[in-house]
Parts: sequence; C-alpha cells; structure tokens
Amino acid sequence: MLKSKTFLKKTRAGGVMKIVREHYLRDDIGCGATGCAACGRAHEGPALELQPQDPASSLCPRPHYLLPDTNVLLHQIVIAWRPGTWASVASSLRPPGSLETYVEQEQGENANDRNDRAIRVAAKWYNEHLKKMSAENQLEVIFITNDRKNKEKAIEEGIPAFTCEEYIKSLTANPELIDRLACLSEEGNEIESGKVIFSEHLPLSKLQQGIKSGTYLQGTFRASRENYLEATVWVHGDAEENKEIILQGLKNLNRAIHEDIVAVELFPKSQWVAPSSVVLHDEGQDEDDVEKEEERETILKTAVNEKMLKPTGRVVGIIKRNWRPYCGMLSKSDIKESRRHLFTPADKRIPRIRIETRQASALEGRRIIVAIDGWPRNSRYPNGHFVKNLGDAGDKETETEVLLLEHDVPHQPFSQAVLSFLPKMPWSITEKDMKYREDLRHLCVCSVDPPGCTDIDDALHCRELENGNLEVGVHIADVSHFIRPGNALDQESARRGTTVYLCEKRIDMVPELLSSNLCSLRCNVDRLAFSCIWEMSHNAEILKTRFTKSVINSKASLTYAEAQMRIDSATINDDTTTSLRGLNKLAKILKKQRIEKGALTLSSPEVRFHMDSETHDPIDLQTKELRETNSMVEEFMLLANISVAKKIHEEFSEHALLRKHPAPPPSNYEILVKAAKSKNLEIRTDTAKSLADSLDQAESPTFPYLNTLLRILATRCMMQAVYFCSGMDNDFHHYGLASPIYTHFTSPIRRYADVIVHRLLAVAIGADSTYPELTDKHKLADLCKNLNFRHKMAQYAQRASVAFHTQLFFKSKGIVSEEGYILFVRKNAIVVLIPKYGLEGTVFFEEKDKPKPWLVYDDEIPSLKIEDTVFHIFDKVKVRIMLDSSNLQHQKIRMSLVEPQIPGISTDISNMDINEPERKKKKLQK
Amino acid sequence: MAGLDLLSDQGYRVDGRRAGELRKIQARMGVFAQADGSAYIEQGNTKALAVVYGPHEIRGSRARALPDRALVNCQYSSATFSTGERKRRPHGDRKSCEMGLQLRQTFEAAILTQLHPRSQIDIYVQVLQADGGTYAACVNAATLAVLDAGIPMRDFVCACSAGFVDGTALADLSHVEEAAGGPQLALALLPASGQIALLEMDARLHEDHLERVLEAAARAARDVHTLLDHVVRQHVCEASLLLGD
Repeated sequence: MLKSKTFLKKTRAGGVMKIVREHYLRDDIGCGATGCAACGRAHEGPALELQPQDPASSLCPRPHYLLPDTNVLLHQIVIAWRPGTWASVASSLRPPGSLETYVEQEQGENANDRNDRAIRVAAKWYNEHLKKMSAENQLEVIFITNDRKNKEKAIEEGIPAFTCEEYIKSLTANPELIDRLACLSEEGNEIESGKVIFSEHLPLSKLQQGIKSGTYLQGTFRASRENYLEATVWVHGDAEENKEIILQGLKNLNRAIHEDIVAVELFPKSQWVAPSSVVLHDEGQDEDDVEKEEERETILKTAVNEKMLKPTGRVVGIIKRNWRPYCGMLSKSDIKESRRHLFTPADKRIPRIRIETRQASALEGRRIIVAIDGWPRNSRYPNGHFVKNLGDAGDKETETEVLLLEHDVPHQPFSQAVLSFLPKMPWSITEKDMKYREDLRHLCVCSVDPPGCTDIDDALHCRELENGNLEVGVHIADVSHFIRPGNALDQESARRGTTVYLCEKRIDMVPELLSSNLCSLRCNVDRLAFSCIWEMSHNAEILKTRFTKSVINSKASLTYAEAQMRIDSATINDDTTTSLRGLNKLAKILKKQRIEKGALTLSSPEVRFHMDSETHDPIDLQTKELRETNSMVEEFMLLANISVAKKIHEEFSEHALLRKHPAPPPSNYEILVKAAKSKNLEIRTDTAKSLADSLDQAESPTFPYLNTLLRILATRCMMQAVYFCSGMDNDFHHYGLASPIYTHFTSPIRRYADVIVHRLLAVAIGADSTYPELTDKHKLADLCKNLNFRHKMAQYAQRASVAFHTQLFFKSKGIVSEEGYILFVRKNAIVVLIPKYGLEGTVFFEEKDKPKPWLVYDDEIPSLKIEDTVFHIFDKVKVRIMLDSSNLQHQKIRMSLVEPQIPGISTDISNMDINEPERKKKKLQK
Repeated sequence: MAGLDLLSDQGYRVDGRRAGELRKIQARMGVFAQADGSAYIEQGNTKALAVVYGPHEIRGSRARALPDRALVNCQYSSATFSTGERKRRPHGDRKSCEMGLQLRQTFEAAILTQLHPRSQIDIYVQVLQADGGTYAACVNAATLAVLDAGIPMRDFVCACSAGFVDGTALADLSHVEEAAGGPQLALALLPASGQIALLEMDARLHEDHLERVLEAAARAARDVHTLLDHVVRQHVCEASLLLGD
C-alpha cells in the first residue's frame, strides 16, 4: 500500500520563506508498451502498440517508437495529430518521478539542460527496457529533437537521434508531410533579407516587471477589421482611464496578432493620435515595400482636434500568443516554381501568412487551413505551414464549413458516447416519470412558432377560473429530464452552448431525437414539460405564481400567421381560439406596462431567404414580418423568464444563473444623438425610459423610415447581454427589458443556459435533487463564460451565413439599383443600408487609379463633402449593387453611388455597358 | 496557486503520491524518561511530539474534578520554527486553544475515563514542523503517548486528513494541497469498531461528495492504524527485551 521509496527534499528559496517539499519517486510506473511483461501492472490510458505500424522510413528500417522532445512536440503537434500517419508517436513521456529515470539538477546546469538530459535518460532507459522485453521484435526508440547539441549528446550516449526534418524526409510513404512541417529551421530564416523591420520583443520577466511597476500595460490585442495598420488594446483591470489604447503603424503593432495578450508601452501625450476612419486593406504582394508602408501610415495621421486624441502606444512584448489554425486562401506567388506563397486568412484581422508548399497549384482556389509558426523580426509577414484542404472556394458546403470553423462552432456529428445517453425508442411516459409531475393533459395548450419550426420548446394556455380570474400557463419542454447532469450528452450540450441557425442549416445543441421529437412540444402527443402557471386578474396583475413539472398534450401547433388568423376571425370560437384571445388581451396589457417602465423597442433589419427546395439556392428574400402574435408569445416568455429568475435567485442567492444587460456608457450614444440632431430631433439618453420615449417621439412626417433607422442605430449603441452567476456579481439589471432581474428559461432545446435554469428551478421546487457542479459558483461562472462566447460566435456565424446567401442571391440576380439610406459617414466612405434587402454596404470614394476626389470630412455633424455634394447621415441615396468576385476569398457585395450624381464618382446607369464589371475586375486583381 | 495542478492527468499528486496514498510515517515511543508516556511521530515533513502525565490528582482548583471519570486536559502548541514564517507565540493563541479542545474531545471518546474518577490526565502535544495534517499527526502522536503511559483505551485513535480536488478524494494532505484552499476534512477513527471520535470540516462540499471523502479519510486512518500497531508491538518487544536482561 505505502510505496514511498527514496525520499528527498527540494528546497526553494523565495524571499525569506524556506519551503521544504517532499518528492516521492515511484517504482510502479510501467513503460506503457502493451505486451511488456516486466511492467504488466495496471496501466491506465492509451498503451503503445506492440507492433508499431510505421510508415516506411529510410533512416530507421526497424519498427520503432518515436520520442519527440518537448519543443518538437509543441511546434509540430499538427503533424502528430493527424491520425494514421504517425500511429506510433510515443508522446507519452514518462511521468516525472520514476525511480529509474529521475535526474537531479546538477550544479551549474540550468533547467532546460536538465530537462534535455532527463529526456535522454528516458530514451536510454526505454531502449534498454525494450531490449529486455522482446529480443525478436527489435523495437527501438528514436529520439527526435531539433536541438543540435542535444542530438549530438544523444548520439554520444548511444541513442538513435534525428532532427524532425530528417525523420520526416525519410518517410518514403508520405512525401506531403513535409509541407506540414512547421518551418522553424534556422537556415530558412537566414535567406530573408537581413533588414530588421521590427523591434525586439522584451522577455517575459522584463514585461512582468514593467507591468508591476506600471510602465507597461497588459491587454488583449484586437486588430481592426477595416484598417490593417491599426489596432486597439483592451487593457485588463479596473482602471477607468487608459482602458483602450490605440496602436498605429506596422512597427508599433510589432508582430502582435489578433487576440494575443500583449504588453503595451504608452507614448507621451504629444504623440497621441485619434482613431482614423480610413478604410485600408493590405494588398501589396511585395515583401520589401516597407517604405510604402510608412507612406501609408502617414495617411492615418491627420490633423484632429485635441479632444479626439486617445491614448496611443506600441507593443513591447507578447505575453501570450493566441494563435489558432486559420481558414483562408492561397495567393500564389507571381514567381513560377516558387515554393513560398502568401496565404490570406478569411478573417481580415489576421495578417497574411507566408507558407512554403510544393502543391501551390493544387491549392489555388481552395479554402485551406494554415497554422502560424512564428514571426521573425526581419519578416514583413509571419511564417506558417499548410494544415488542411477544405475544398473549393465558393462551394456552398465549403463556405459553410469555413464559417463554422472560423466562428469556432462545434459542428461534428454527435459521438456514440453522446448518443448512448438518449432514451431508447419507442419512448413513453412511465409511472416513475409521473412521480413529481402534475397531469395537465386536460388543459387546452397550444404552441405558436415560426413556420417550419421543428424544435418547439414553448406552449401556452389560458383559461378562466371559477373565481373569475384567469389562469395562464407557459409550458416549456422539459429537456433537463432527458439530459442528466454530468454525462457525455450533458457535457457535449454544455460545450456547444447553443443551437446555431444558419440560413439553410441548423446545428443542433442536442441530438435530433430530442430536439425535434421527444422534447419538441408537438400537438396531440403527450410530452413532458416544465410549467410556469400564474393566476392573473383581468388587468394582468399577477396574483399567484406556481412552478411545476408536468405532462401536457398540445392541442395545436400553430404558426404566427395561423394564430393571428384565428384571433381575428369572428367565426372560429373553439377552446384554442378563446385561449389565444385571452392571451393576446393580457399580452397587450403586459407590453404596455413594460414599456411604461422603460423597456426599449429596438430594431434590426432582419431578412429571411426563400430557398429553392432542390438546389438550396436563395430565390428571393423578404424582411421578417412582425404580427401581434409574435409579441404575444414574446410577452409571456419574458414574464416566465422574469418569474423564474426571481424564484431561483430567492432560492440560490449565490449560484443562480441569470442574464444581465448592462447600461451602455453615455459615450456610446454620441453617434445616435448627433444623427438625430442633424434631423432636428432630440434623443435623450439619460435613462432607458427617456430613450424609449424620445425614440417614440422621433417621427418625421416626410420620412417614415427615419424612426426605424434611429432604432437600428440605437441597437448598435447597446452593450451585449450576458449570462452570469449571481454570486459573482451584484449588478443584475437588464437594461433593454427594464427588469431588475432576468434569466433564460424558455428555450432549453436550443440554449444550454436554460437547461441549467431548469435544474435550479427543479431543485427549488423539490422536483429534482441537486448535484455538486450546480452549487459551485466558480464552475457556474466558467460555464457562463463559455455560453457567452458561444452565443456571440453563433450570432456572428448567423450573420456571416446571411451575408453569404445575400451574395449568392445577388450572383443570380445580377446588377441591381436600389434606394438606401446612409447609416454612417466615414472619412473616405459612406455606409449604406438598403431596407428592402436588409443589406448594409460601404461605398468607397477613393479608388486606386482614379483621380482622388476632393473630400472634406466633418466629424462634428458628421458629414462628408465630396466635390460639391454633402452627405449627411440618414440621407437617401441610390446605389448600384453587384457581386464583386474579383477576390475569390472575400466575395463581397459592392455598392457604388448612382444618385445623387457626382461627376467622376457616381456610376451612370445609362451608359453602363456589360463590359464594365469586367474592367473593374482586372483593376482590382492587381 | 496558478499553474499548479494538484492532481496530474496521470493521477499523481504534486509530490508523486497517488490519491489514496499516505506520506511516509515514522514513529517512536518513550522518547522522554520523566514523563509517564511520550511519543514522537513524523508524517512526511510534519513532526509532532506528545507527552502524557497521569492519571494523577487534580491540580489547581479541586472544583474541576469529575465525580465519575477522569478529566482529560489537552494542550497544543506549535514551535515558533515549525512553519515557513516564524511564529510569534508558541501557544495560547486561538488556533492552539481550538486544537486543544478538539484533542480533548477526541481522547475523552477513546480513553476509558470512568476507570479513574476524580483524577486528571494531561496530554501535551507540540508540533515541531508543520507540513499539513497537523491535527492528524497530533492525534497519532498522542495515541502512542497514551499507550506508552499505559492508560487504558477503548482502541487506538487514528487520525488522517482528506481533501477533494477535481472530483477525486485525496488522503493525507500536504501543506501545498492544504494551501490551495479546497475542502479539508479531519477524521479521528477508532479502527476496530469503525467509530468516529471526531470529524471536522470547515469548507463547503457538496453532500454527494462527502461519502467519498469520508471513505478516503477512513481508509487512510486504517492504514495509519496498521503502522502504529507495528510501532507499538516493536516498542513492546524492545522494552521486554530490556526487562528480560
């Protein structure tokens, strides 16, 4: 039982503290090979195969295991990952502290050298051990290291050792693996022009010192989408000032890449700049155009008034890289037979990456994945290597894959482990299920959803009680009955966090059997539900609230339109319809109450595509229509969410999962107020209530769409609503809904947060038992973090999907001219919104090869004067829309001005000929 | 404690032990000649010394005497040099008083106090080096000392601490593991009957986990018992050899 063998002390002196720790060396750690008799003791985890199936290597003909050193493993992980190629990677280094392979740090030896020596000792031990084990198998352990000295020493000690490159090159079966090799070899870098572009990154210890003393600031690097020479750094911590630091120019960005954690040095105030509103994209192919860059950088710096200046700085060092594999396309080098090419990521915030490949022509026009290996000081672009080929660009499948990958949406099919936790079919409700449930099958419950909806997670009922009051029930699918805490199904749903709705596809959070069948509250079948039942007066006052698990049998699954029709038609008078009418009446009162409290009604242009049933190409699109019934359902969902939030917070003050919407800082509203002012309207933003009221009053008789535009703009000013754990925060307010407390309870099929809320509520009413993770506020806070991230990403993915389908739509439609409104005015462009398509696009006024027009930008109003025409925000313009496919990677909708006409800038429709787009294409391709 | 995994993926703890393994225990009985009973124990780097006097007449106020059983008086102190940072007061602070009280409860449950009415038994424990699990070490040392003094007990009292990290119960926490701030449970067990003399925990732990942590602590306490039993037998062996001369 007790296996403490040799026992030694490690002493670590830090300050005046002397810490003595024990370290037990073990003698029971096996070698991990499957057939090893010497260490056949219980061995957990993956074992090494007895007969490694190696790709034939010319260097080492005998079967062998590979023992990569840490650096190789870290940098070349992509190769190792690919299943099938390196089946025998013995990446399981021996766990530290085994008796035979323990290595004590010698005097004058640093930690790295000691580790190297430890790995060599391990390799040697393995070789001797394996020899003992099987004479006929002749297994060998090959040590892979890129460190020259380490390799020499290894060979001296009689361990077969190779560098990673040597080994990969010797693999006769897989020549394409060389492409995947991260190019870290020093020789590669020496070929580069010796000119150093960037200043050196400071070592981590210096950065930490600097951050402690306040000379440097630590923050997350966020590159700008619109301007590759500009970025902001969000400083961590609570300090109010210097929250956001601007970085301008390639040298100041100093090789930081989007999402990295960096250390920034602030410039003195005299060097501060204002964020430029220029839109700039990196298009140069040459590598040495550093001078040109400098020239461009000067464009950014323009005379601005003092007020606009923001804290400016430069990156002095990287604290943590946050690189991931990036999707994108290859821009093939102009030089024939060159193996070096530039790779353009789909995300504009990521710089272009230089990669080395022999299959450039095969990869051209494909979407590929590339990983970054490093960014040397003398290189304009980071170096990377090819990872995976996704398929043809423009292909719908490929593009969907790309957008899912880019937004980090888990979209693989559910694994067997996950599926094994699904209930067995045919499924029926058993006695046991009924234990804590009320039978509500007699109630006239119905669901109202958008057409084509298969995951129905809410249903409603309303009936008059004997005492004259109304009973209203919201019934939510009881997903937590099927997803039990802690199992693989639960973990997978928690990881996915939300269902993602793309234009033609739905990426489910839970397997289809649950989402579209067992949990979906379809009509005329018995379903388990979690019900929230109120007793209300006819004035929609809540007299009593009650929660219970239940069984319901929905009488009808209606669409919004059907429900609306039933309410409106005088002839239908069945139970369902009476129930709907009652609900509708109450909803109107509830909505009025809510708006009086200061809830905001915001707007965003939403569109829905009509798909061709066979090709799934979009044929037409329409803006989403809103009916009374939409708001009816919404109203009761809000009410249920608020009631549940109160209940769970009452019961679990420390670990209730709630949702909050922080009030935006006043500065966010600046653009809205300015815009309204230009139309002689006043928007008050001091409270949510006054904002809502002033938005309601902001009407213009001559310009009916103005109100919607203002609401769209107001939406952009808002903060993100987030999930949080009540024990970790004390501001619960939901700004948009004007509710002191809020949570998500009503869509457990498509949001994981709701599943947790269901569990909490079930415990609160005694219908279920608690489990450890549920009452751990740190675990809950971690979960919230993941959910918030997934929700944000799902939103982005949805938008990207809409954008892609809009492109497909315009591809089939050709060139159209449409009326739109100016949403934002920028320094060299205007952003136009076309209500008909819910489409937003940028009209640029500066184009290459064209004489620059006379532009005057006024930030105060804001307005842009081009030649003689002045553009204000909300001005009506006419633009020509077409698909610009000059850049296959970023096919985009291109807009150009038609009206008002400005000579030399706007496009004249009358003499526009068919060749024109072609001409433009060529120009852009340069 | 950022960046420090208390339990590695392979299931090893910081010092190389597995979840249920104890640290190395070494003990000696009869270290002082003047006292009625004494013992010294090392559990890893935690070292404790226990001395027992009695049973003897009540010292001080006679009013404290109990008519039906002996009074157990426990005093805990820890040496100023026992921790990484030097302590100011060796005893008399709040923690020491509390520990003394806990020891008293533990031993009142184990010693057959009704055999010595109106008398007093003194147990003094001193921690020389603290590296986690001081309560357990004190109880184990005191048990040996009481045995050494020849005071009749129901059974050995064996104590061990247990913690809970990443869904696994860890036995016999070291200082590093204690300092990480997870729940920590101290258990004193009468191994033969399986009765619990003292059970203490002062952090939040979900009730689903309690069973497992308790189980881990109990198993570890039984292991301690095996060791202590061995020490006692050896000591008796040696003593009888000496007497035989």
